[in-house]
Amino acid sequence: MKPQTHPTLPEFDYIKPESLAEASQFLALHPDEARPFLGGTDIFVRMRDGFLVPKFLVDVKHLDGTDAIRFDPLVGLTIGAAVNMNRVIASPEVQKYYPLLAEACRSVASYQLRTRATIAGNLCNASPAGDTIGACLVLDGKLQIHGTACPRLETLSEFFLGPGKTTLKPGDIVTAVSLPVPPGGSAGTYLKLGRNKLSDLSIVGVTVLGSPAPSLPSGFRFRIALSSVAPIPLIAAEAEAALAEQAITSGSIHAAACLASEASTPIDDVRGSARYRKQMVRNLTEMALNQVWQKLQRQDAGR
Amino acid sequence: MAFHEISLTVNGSLEQVRVPSNLTLMRLLRESLALTGTKNGCSAGECGACTVLLNGEPVNSCMVLAVECDGAEVITVEGLASDGQLNPVQAAMMQAGGVQCGFCTPGMLISARALLDRNPDPGEDEISEALVGNLCRCTGYIRILESIKEAAKLQATRA
Repeated sequence: MKPQTHPTLPEFDYIKPESLAEASQFLALHPDEARPFLGGTDIFVRMRDGFLVPKFLVDVKHLDGTDAIRFDPLVGLTIGAAVNMNRVIASPEVQKYYPLLAEACRSVASYQLRTRATIAGNLCNASPAGDTIGACLVLDGKLQIHGTACPRLETLSEFFLGPGKTTLKPGDIVTAVSLPVPPGGSAGTYLKLGRNKLSDLSIVGVTVLGSPAPSLPSGFRFRIALSSVAPIPLIAAEAEAALAEQAITSGSIHAAACLASEASTPIDDVRGSARYRKQMVRNLTEMALNQVWQKLQRQDAGR
Repeated sequence: MAFHEISLTVNGSLEQVRVPSNLTLMRLLRESLALTGTKNGCSAGECGACTVLLNGEPVNSCMVLAVECDGAEVITVEGLASDGQLNPVQAAMMQAGGVQCGFCTPGMLISARALLDRNPDPGEDEISEALVGNLCRCTGYIRILESIKEAAKLQATRA
């Protein structure tokens, strides 16, 4: 390969289908050669680096209804695949009912990158470091998928198979991400450890959502998602179960943080070592749980 | 490789061009339209030197395909001044000494313009956050941040 000081994109054919059906058909017909894309913020970088050489890039941004963000007090939030992260952050309904999602979006790169970046793209890219994946997991996200057969709904917690690998098949296009209305009185946080304060990828990311749950022994339900510490975005199920069973104290929070750390299987890479990551999962999970617990208690006192 | 006939408005003038699929908006601006104010830094969406306004919103033009801009409106740093008068962000950048080597300046100006368009009176944190995606390797950030505060004031007096 000849060295390039101004790396250009490798050659490909840009395809802009008129409808979802046409897009799915084209993608299914060229399973190894065609890739769908939205903002291109991940795919263009990987193409320039030579990791991906698709023959066709299929633009799925302008297809039927993918550009809308809708909220229904019963159904919840539906974010069209093409809705960029700045629009998600600016949405009054997101700010009111899903502040955790806005917080996660704000941690992504920069304003101008978020003009192009989408939540659907972040999910489909399936990087263990994806900043918005944790929020979508703890908020019980589902994906609306258009394929060559009937449109279907897929649960996000079963969507990830490995780094960059999902249950999507050739011809499948994610058209929207849906999130049910979080339980009343919920509070959340996303703690992202990067090499700098803003804009970097995470070394470790911890997303926590806590909600009052009178039916549980502890009275509260905590959801915990971990990023950059396993081949897929991880749900710390054992830690969640422990917090459902015992009264919430600094001791049970510490124990849950240790369980989350044990569940993680990080690797050494340029951003941090596995040993450091495991310790930081414990520290950040404890910190995040304490922050959310304090918010929940403040809300309780204010009621 | 496929070619596409597209038309777009750049700094107010209609351009009709034939572009290959893999041509980025940045290269279209710099190489076909000779608008070299938009800089090529990292080609990876990180440095912000190529930032332009696409339909009013800032984007890294190295991360946008030219063919995606069919029918779009693009403003580059060359399009900020109007009727011979510098845009407040430009005038303030000069006054506050926010330019050293100048390579990051066009992207900084576009990000600043976009910020003031959505928030005419931003606080210090909002200014810093809006510039996260614009790197200055002369490290002249303090004066750049000050110039944007000044630009907000200047814009208010002109209005």
